[in-house]
Amino acid sequence: MLKDLAEHVKASMSIFGRDDTDLYGLLAEFKNPGELVHAAEGVHTAGYRRFDTHSPFPIHGMDKAMGLGNSKVGVFALGGGLTGLATGYLLQWWTGAIDYPLNISGKPAFAVEPSIPVMFELTILFAALGAVVGMFAMNGLPRPYNPLFYSRRFAQASDDAFFLHVASNDKYFDVEQTGDLLRSLGAVHVEPIFDREEADEDL
Amino acid sequence: MSTDTGTASGTHPALQEEPLVAGNLSFHDITELVSRHTEKRTPLAWFGAFAIANILLLTLLVCIAYLFWNGTGVWGLNNPVGWGYAIVNFVFWVGIGHAGTLISAILFLFRQQWRTAINRSAEAMTLFAVMCALIFPGIHVGRVWAAYWMLPIPNQMEMWPQFKSPLLWDVFAVSVYFTVSLVFWYVGLVPDLATLRDRATKKLRRRVLGFFSMGWTGANRHWRNYEKAYLLLAALATPLVLSVHSVVSFDFAVSIVPGWHTTIFPPYFVAGAIFSGFAMVVTLLVIARKVYGIEDIITISHLEKMNIIILLTGTMVGFAYITEFFIAWYSGVQYEVFAFKNRAFGPYAWAYWTMMSCNLIFPQLFWIKRLRRSIPFMFVLSILVNIGMWFERFVITVTSLHRDYLPSSWDYYTPTAIDVLTFVGSFGLFFTMFLLFLRFVPMVAISEVKAVLPEADPHFYGHGDGQTGAHPPTLTPTVD
Repeated sequence: MLKDLAEHVKASMSIFGRDDTDLYGLLAEFKNPGELVHAAEGVHTAGYRRFDTHSPFPIHGMDKAMGLGNSKVGVFALGGGLTGLATGYLLQWWTGAIDYPLNISGKPAFAVEPSIPVMFELTILFAALGAVVGMFAMNGLPRPYNPLFYSRRFAQASDDAFFLHVASNDKYFDVEQTGDLLRSLGAVHVEPIFDREEADEDL
Repeated sequence: MSTDTGTASGTHPALQEEPLVAGNLSFHDITELVSRHTEKRTPLAWFGAFAIANILLLTLLVCIAYLFWNGTGVWGLNNPVGWGYAIVNFVFWVGIGHAGTLISAILFLFRQQWRTAINRSAEAMTLFAVMCALIFPGIHVGRVWAAYWMLPIPNQMEMWPQFKSPLLWDVFAVSVYFTVSLVFWYVGLVPDLATLRDRATKKLRRRVLGFFSMGWTGANRHWRNYEKAYLLLAALATPLVLSVHSVVSFDFAVSIVPGWHTTIFPPYFVAGAIFSGFAMVVTLLVIARKVYGIEDIITISHLEKMNIIILLTGTMVGFAYITEFFIAWYSGVQYEVFAFKNRAFGPYAWAYWTMMSCNLIFPQLFWIKRLRRSIPFMFVLSILVNIGMWFERFVITVTSLHRDYLPSSWDYYTPTAIDVLTFVGSFGLFFTMFLLFLRFVPMVAISEVKAVLPEADPHFYGHGDGQTGAHPPTLTPTVD
């Protein structure tokens, strides 16, 4: 049960397992963003869930085509923001009114009004850091090792090539059938990716 | 990329916008155009520019060392002008930074896609300008070894900072601004560093870029969270940037000095900051796009749009100058009336009219389309704007202080050579950082520019989102 959950969470981060033959999945290349969206729709309709597309830029409509819901990054930003707000309030109240009260022109030791700028800045700071840390955490980054990097062609994914990767631990995965599906969806090139945890080949 | 099935046709020519990217560039062309400058051998001209920037940087360091050794007496400060170049330079540099955040955050929220060509370099400029700005409050405290008292650090004296002071709000505003800008910039860089990593041919370069790109693969599950985080950062940076210069203006507005104690300061400072920042972006990019041959990505139409923003914000700033005068007269407070008359016709009238002509009068020439699109004209004007904006801060700071409530303490402020050299030296830091940026970092957001090409939209190919694939694949599928 716990293993399934871990696999599920990892899949949401685009980290997939391998099968007994060390097969990580099939990597299919498509011609353009339009074909890739179409292919993602096709793969999703065929029932696959553990797959991901790789493109040099975010493609409009891809989340819908892959059947992904809304991103949860906002929760982290909200949590960060509230933490920052509370930190700003408590810091100024405790230092100004409790630990080290100073009489400045007879003003109250602590009041909300002059504390707003610092509270505001810390809210923004913590919310921004929350959004970024949350984003990287939910993406499972940093992750320097990725079996997809074994593919020579995959280097183009950050330039001008569009890939769809179906993981071998998807319940519908079958090398022959999945390969045929990808080709019928217009893949110009399909290759198996193995996860053998080999060291980087020398450049 | 083959683009045989375009759909963007049939619009009346007058309604067609100029393309964001000129020269019919493909995705790969954009990668190539931007990446190659970080990959080729360092050109000799770069070393030349870097040497000059380093000499200026050295000047800054020597001036700071001299200041630390002798104390703030080496500056031209006197009584009553206790705030001189240090605060002027601080406000000047923070203001320059604001354009970067405006481009990266506010224009993003307004879906102004032309920002993609300039946001990377503008954000870098923000970071370096804020670095320059942070130097000045740091060194002007006099006893630099006590500068850490500005931060709430537990200490053996059992003291805490005084949070009711706008100067302390400034510490928080500017340092948060720097941190958030840095994070925003880095998040934007990750996909582009991955592009450079995948192109790297040397092992060390690949390792270093691999480290900083965090193993980015362009996975859509990642883009999904990435885009959301980017949107949130933009939404957070927008109120932040407005707050930063507002807080800076509180340094003045919360005091009771005539000419400073006005509620118009926050919006007027923010408009001025964007004005000067855009001028600096134009100055830098006019040179950079030419030297690096990316005129197709940063087109004349991008520059024109920036010039329109310069015209708009310059007019807002000019309007604020006039409003200040009106309110001084309308308030009936004799000190306020005197402060403003003294600004325009007193001993610093030369500075005032430099400010007025550079900020309000000259930018009005941008109403003329031909001038807006003329590279030499906009280059000269962008420099004039920054001279004008530096003088604005000088006028606000010095003219208000040199004639305070007590005529017996009136004096005339003249900067010393150390003042001037410190300011000139801060440009050394700015240009050193900017040159390093141009050399090692992709100066245009590659993935963002690709994403605004018409070919990036799935609808361009006739399917996606509710439509089914109409075209059979033209290439024969193969398996290894």
